[in-house]
Amino acid sequence: MLAFIIQRLLQSILVMLTVGLIAFGLFRYVGDPISNLVGQETSLAERDALRERLGLNDPFFVQFARFAANAAQGEFGYSYRHRRPVEDVIAERLPATMELSLVAALLALAVGVPMGIYTGLHRYGVISRAFLTVSLVGISIPTFLIGILLILLFGVELRWLPTFGRGEVVHLGWWSTGFLTTSGLQALIMPSITLALFQMTLIMRLVRSEMLEVLRTDYIKFARARGLTNRTVHFGHALKNTLVPVITITGLQLGSIIAFAIITESVFQWPGMGLMFIQAINDVDIPVMAAYLCLIGFVFVVINLVVDMLYYLVDPRLRVDRAVAAGHPG
Amino acid sequence: MMTDPSPVSAPQAPSAPDLLAVSGLRVEIPTRHARLVAVDDVSFTIRAGEVLGVVGESGAGKTIMGAAIMGLLEPPGRIAAGSIHFDDRRIDTLPYEAMRRIRGRDISMVFQDPLTSLNPLYTVGRQLTETIRTHTDLSESAARDRAVGLLQEVGIPAADRRIDHYPHQFSGGMRQRVVIALALCVNPRLVIADEPTTALDVSIQAQIIAVLKRLCRDHGAAVMLITHDMGVIAETADRVAVMYAGRIAEIGPVRDVIKRPRHPYTVGLMGSIPAIGHDTDQLTQIDGSMPRLTEIPTGCAFHPRCPYIRDRCRRDRPELLPVGASQAACWRHVPGFDEGPAHA
Repeated sequence: MLAFIIQRLLQSILVMLTVGLIAFGLFRYVGDPISNLVGQETSLAERDALRERLGLNDPFFVQFARFAANAAQGEFGYSYRHRRPVEDVIAERLPATMELSLVAALLALAVGVPMGIYTGLHRYGVISRAFLTVSLVGISIPTFLIGILLILLFGVELRWLPTFGRGEVVHLGWWSTGFLTTSGLQALIMPSITLALFQMTLIMRLVRSEMLEVLRTDYIKFARARGLTNRTVHFGHALKNTLVPVITITGLQLGSIIAFAIITESVFQWPGMGLMFIQAINDVDIPVMAAYLCLIGFVFVVINLVVDMLYYLVDPRLRVDRAVAAGHPG
Repeated sequence: MMTDPSPVSAPQAPSAPDLLAVSGLRVEIPTRHARLVAVDDVSFTIRAGEVLGVVGESGAGKTIMGAAIMGLLEPPGRIAAGSIHFDDRRIDTLPYEAMRRIRGRDISMVFQDPLTSLNPLYTVGRQLTETIRTHTDLSESAARDRAVGLLQEVGIPAADRRIDHYPHQFSGGMRQRVVIALALCVNPRLVIADEPTTALDVSIQAQIIAVLKRLCRDHGAAVMLITHDMGVIAETADRVAVMYAGRIAEIGPVRDVIKRPRHPYTVGLMGSIPAIGHDTDQLTQIDGSMPRLTEIPTGCAFHPRCPYIRDRCRRDRPELLPVGASQAACWRHVPGFDEGPAHA
């Protein structure tokens, strides 16, 4: 287990270095950093002096090593637009995106998994067909359209829910949370549904097809032939065997929920990292873009690491292969 | 010939002291185009402690018959006619929950492929104890003790340690021993073994059959042994039913059927087994293949392949008739058969 974790950690570091290289490439080669820092009236001599002072004339690898070392400590330089350290800007926006993504992910799992199990078990039922039809809608309509429709119905026509923003937030240290106020919770409803809908239908269809697959296997037939109760067969034996693929996809989807938040945040003017990233693109705010890229890369790497460890817990075939190799064959 | 008393095959009525009595069983699989008949008007009985071999080619309806008895036919397959009695209680019409209580406790099953019969995510011990505890009031530790005992009985070395291992840590033969232990863990009175050795190496097939036979004898369980291996039947079974295209072609005591096969199909099956001691140059084979469910011939389903064919075989379907100690469904054993014309 330990060797496995160390191996995965090393791989993760390699992935992060690659992501860092791309981010660094953005920094260094998209536009001229000096032009972004100084005004038009600065002389060429002054520019060269600044370039020397900032280390921009150093060899490529020295510059990259410096960038990576700073990035590892969470320092990505100054935002061109906000005139503040990038990490401060991100820290301010991070809680909004994380809370939205967390609620959306929980919603997608809490609704998608039971619906998947139900439609898998009652394959020909009327309700199952209804779920599948509705899920087709969820998969085919683009996220921004669902957001706009929700705003139109519940925000504009019925006036039940706020149409933009996070509502009131409470500051707990540097973390700002919308969970503790009524307006914060109300503001969370529509964006999280919008963000969750696609993942929900995806998870539902995945769980359903995995359930159908597993229910056809011999060990499920044998479990029935042993007279186990339906509950044990369905939830003890079938569901657990669907978990490995479901964990894989759900893990990756969690990453894309955070990345996809860009669209939802734009529709609902949600003050999170996605909105920040869109603004950064408009302003060619390279340090913010590079930092966002590294952060999303980091999120995916962490999720993959967690997913790999969950495999270990779920599937004994991965866990004990070493024991078999060590001399306990069957 | 028809008056020949045959006490062995006589009991057919469900009221007889039989453990299992299947009568007139018909299993249909409705499809978009037609209603396929997988098992057609099959009747047989199994007495307590008896081993009945069911033999036939793939697709003869053996496995579906086993599933029908277990109440585990896969939809849209369904029992269209007939009845199944177990211990004088009709079981084919029982609701799911009542039938579930019978499965594993009174009738259990051994599947073909031991590599896929066990849930890969649970230890064999857990799968044993959950089965034991589903059907008995034993505590977790008592169930575990019984599980260890069973694993020892089926010949798994160091059972007290192996019980905590996962299925993938066992070889195929060992896994089939575990499956047999699972099938017998609550002392059922009937075990349906569906080709229990087909997926195994030839070298361990005999061992597994021996284990199955010994355990069923020790636990007093009758066995319905489904196979296409006539050799296994000859060694293991008391009686044998030969199935062809969803029907029983011949049924009787195993020695009688092997020594004096009455149905041309059984004759063909016997001719295809190499016999030790007999110096045979060539094994005979039955020409053609078994019809698909969609195109079962009229009359006797075997007539397109039968060397003794007469007009009547194409026209009328033969029923099981007593011949010697056995019963065979063949017009050849009806007086006057040879007088009919033999147009091709």
